[in-house]
Amino acid sequence: MEALSRWQPKSRAARWFESRLPLGSLIHSSFIAFPTPRNLNYWWTFGGILAFMLAVQIVTGIVLAMHYIPSSDGAFNSVEAIMRDVNYGWLLRYIHANGASMFFVAVYIHMFRGLYYGSYKAPREVLWIIGVLLFLLMVATAFLGYVLPWGQMSYWAATVITNLFGAIPVVGEAISTWLWGGFAVGQPLLNRFFSLHYLLPFMIAGLVVLHIWALHVPGNGNPLGINVKSRQDTLPFHPYYTTKDLFGLAVFVLFFAWFVFVQPNYLGHPDNYVPADPLVTPSHIVPEWYFLPFYAILRAIPSKLGGVIAFGGAIVVLFFVPWLDRSKVRSARFRPVFKTFFWLLVACAVGLGYLGSQPAEGSYLTISRFLTAYYFAFFLIVLPLLGKMEKTKPLPTSISEAVLNDGKTAARAEA
Amino acid sequence: MAGRGIGSVMASLGWTKMALAGLGLALGTVSTLAQETPAVVIEGVGAVVETQAEDDHAEGGVPHYPLEKPERLDWSFAGPFGAYDAAQLQRGLQVFQQVCALCHGLERVAFRTLASETGPFLTEEQMREVAASVMVVDADTGDRRPARPADYFPGSPAFGSARPAPDLSLMAKARGVSYGFPAWLIDGIIPYQENGADYIHALLTGYHAAPAGTTVSPGTFYNPYFVADEAIGMPPPLSDGRVAYADEAIPETVDQYARDVAAFLMWTAEPKLTDRKQLGFQAIVFILIFAVLLYFAKRQVWRNVKH
Amino acid sequence: MDHSTSAQPDSAHPDHPQDPGRRDFIYIAAATVGAVGVGLVAWPFIDQMNPDEAQLALATIEVDISAVEPGMSLTVQWRGKPVFIRHRTEEEIAAARAVPLTDLKDQTARNANLPADALATDENRAAEGHEAILIMVGVCTHLGCVPLGDAGDFGGWFCPCHGSHYDTAGRIRLGPAPFNLDVPVVNFLDDATVRIG
Repeated sequence: MEALSRWQPKSRAARWFESRLPLGSLIHSSFIAFPTPRNLNYWWTFGGILAFMLAVQIVTGIVLAMHYIPSSDGAFNSVEAIMRDVNYGWLLRYIHANGASMFFVAVYIHMFRGLYYGSYKAPREVLWIIGVLLFLLMVATAFLGYVLPWGQMSYWAATVITNLFGAIPVVGEAISTWLWGGFAVGQPLLNRFFSLHYLLPFMIAGLVVLHIWALHVPGNGNPLGINVKSRQDTLPFHPYYTTKDLFGLAVFVLFFAWFVFVQPNYLGHPDNYVPADPLVTPSHIVPEWYFLPFYAILRAIPSKLGGVIAFGGAIVVLFFVPWLDRSKVRSARFRPVFKTFFWLLVACAVGLGYLGSQPAEGSYLTISRFLTAYYFAFFLIVLPLLGKMEKTKPLPTSISEAVLNDGKTAARAEA
Repeated sequence: MAGRGIGSVMASLGWTKMALAGLGLALGTVSTLAQETPAVVIEGVGAVVETQAEDDHAEGGVPHYPLEKPERLDWSFAGPFGAYDAAQLQRGLQVFQQVCALCHGLERVAFRTLASETGPFLTEEQMREVAASVMVVDADTGDRRPARPADYFPGSPAFGSARPAPDLSLMAKARGVSYGFPAWLIDGIIPYQENGADYIHALLTGYHAAPAGTTVSPGTFYNPYFVADEAIGMPPPLSDGRVAYADEAIPETVDQYARDVAAFLMWTAEPKLTDRKQLGFQAIVFILIFAVLLYFAKRQVWRNVKH
Repeated sequence: MDHSTSAQPDSAHPDHPQDPGRRDFIYIAAATVGAVGVGLVAWPFIDQMNPDEAQLALATIEVDISAVEPGMSLTVQWRGKPVFIRHRTEEEIAAARAVPLTDLKDQTARNANLPADALATDENRAAEGHEAILIMVGVCTHLGCVPLGDAGDFGGWFCPCHGSHYDTAGRIRLGPAPFNLDVPVVNFLDDATVRIG
């Protein structure tokens, strides 16, 4: 708050405005003078990358909505008209479709970074919970959006997922019917999915403001996981982290552009270039890659209701991570045993992703069950137990001590 | 186009080999096996069992189709610098009109696009001629009349059937045979994205007599490349010499027809491919320069800061 | 918090002589390239609202006018607007030719086939080589309503919205409309077929 009171605009007009609405001070204190730990590595640039991706998706989405027709007869044709006739329509649509994938690449890295460095621990629990809510909204938005092209995968993904609600006892059937606005996936569902797909990103944007607010109250965590103790531990956000974030973003955009321009359909499924046909189901129903781990968990449980519970539980468990992890040390850098389990979790998630793309049978199913068990065990057993049993490495006394006096630590921080 | 030159150099260096070397020999071996091991048909079991890569497991006793994976061809539009070959697309159009169009529609393709510079690149007159040779139903009057440039190719003729032959506009993107892991990953890095065109070529050239012990249902034709079954309802459409090419140098063979029509259908499915790759090259170079500048700017800012 | 140490980091140390010209160059170059990039990226988002290729393909239409006898009119839709094709009678032509230019409110032809300063004579309004045929965009030059045919004080067109009267050559004679009705680009492919646009 000190920085906020210090900032004074130069011109009289700006001072007049500032004294009535201190917008400049807010921006200055949040994104210019904001004291940021000096040892953040490139994993910390993904927050900014996610904000960028949200903006990209909203802007391209608004533009696509100018050409898209949310009707079961017109949707597929309108998407094809965008691809063929609209000026730069192919570019805008490929950015939007691949942008969804890139958004998930970034959010998964961001989430695993948070887990690795204990970013969810006190005093950042609310920050983490808002983050999980953001992830949930992203999942919903991506799913709703995937239905809109009204190809075969769109149609059958909508059918499968809305049927999941049928697993809920007593009210399940009623909920499915309510979602459909009919007796199967069709025009009413497409229309409302379009409406909601347009709405949710703005809810995400609103929550992002809260997410940043909740970040700026305690300040950034850092790779060492120790608190900022003095001003020597920090650097002003600008120009240090603006340049670093921008460079990280540029590299990410390069990766993004490779998909958009060279292989825009690589992450998609050919069946979605077949118009929706309620009479024929494709031989393999596969969700987009970013849902595959959750899809594998869903299929690993041999009961409809159980599968749905595990599916939802896999996300819900994340809300409780700040209290499941009892360790006093934040960063995995000083938690050798946790680090091993963490990388096993990453491997488990990748493995589940692979299994989600494969038929649910034979050894695939067995391995899926094993990995699902590990996923939940990590959160429900490993995290609480390690807090009590793990012998952690000694922590440095301060960030500046670690950075300025210990070349080895500094080198590792940048690695 | 400078892009084409670089592209062909890179193609001659062998994208595949470079990528395989980069990823390690072990991965490469596995993927090669996954792509090339032929299917083994075990007689008397009642189902076709395969010994391909793991991802080809039979599902609940239903064999995994297609029985054979398409051969990968060298397409002019492959790779980051790929572009359509207008002459090939024109030949493909000829094959489509003289053979495929008897049963298949192309309803998303407007005649005007045949004159596209990055497509078949017909002259205005040629394009009008092609349009005028096709009868369409006028949307306003309901009368049949010769097509105009703004009209679209007709859809598949129904012939009184409830399920006419599929429209071919998007076929090259709507079909793609999965090669499973790790070939899938390698294709993303090489990058190889021409599975749809490969599929169409393989299907058109892949008819042969059913192996002993396999009986196909009447009215279907054994084709191990068919994505949904071991036999397909479409009779072998091509035969050597069926379409007469103006260019004497181009062989009038089934293989050549299949290549040309597959390339043409890739264009109908993705008419902006050449534009995309050209703009993409410029965009990627631009972002690369920007990233390098940002890197130095960042280093400049941080030059005296320990972190 | 330790307020004695500056929040400014050790970057300002003078013991690292840097060429200020080179340093500024990097910042300016990066910012310039970034600004250019934003400008380039903006274009697809703007251009997507322009008429798409399917719309442009319909920017030109061909109309069969063989069935339009003298005294008959045909209205076709072109670029989303009505186009009046009138086969005028001898009397209508004579009436239009009898009007001196000085009586006209708008003395320019408003004919896209002629130079912008061509005068609004009847010859300059009718289709070249087909004096009886009058082809005009049927949108009142006042506020965009569609005038009624065979109506008004001058036997031509009358706009019911605000009472503009056009004569048998489609020229504004009375009322709030400022200009004569627009004549689009036309091309007779043969006597029976005209291409508009």
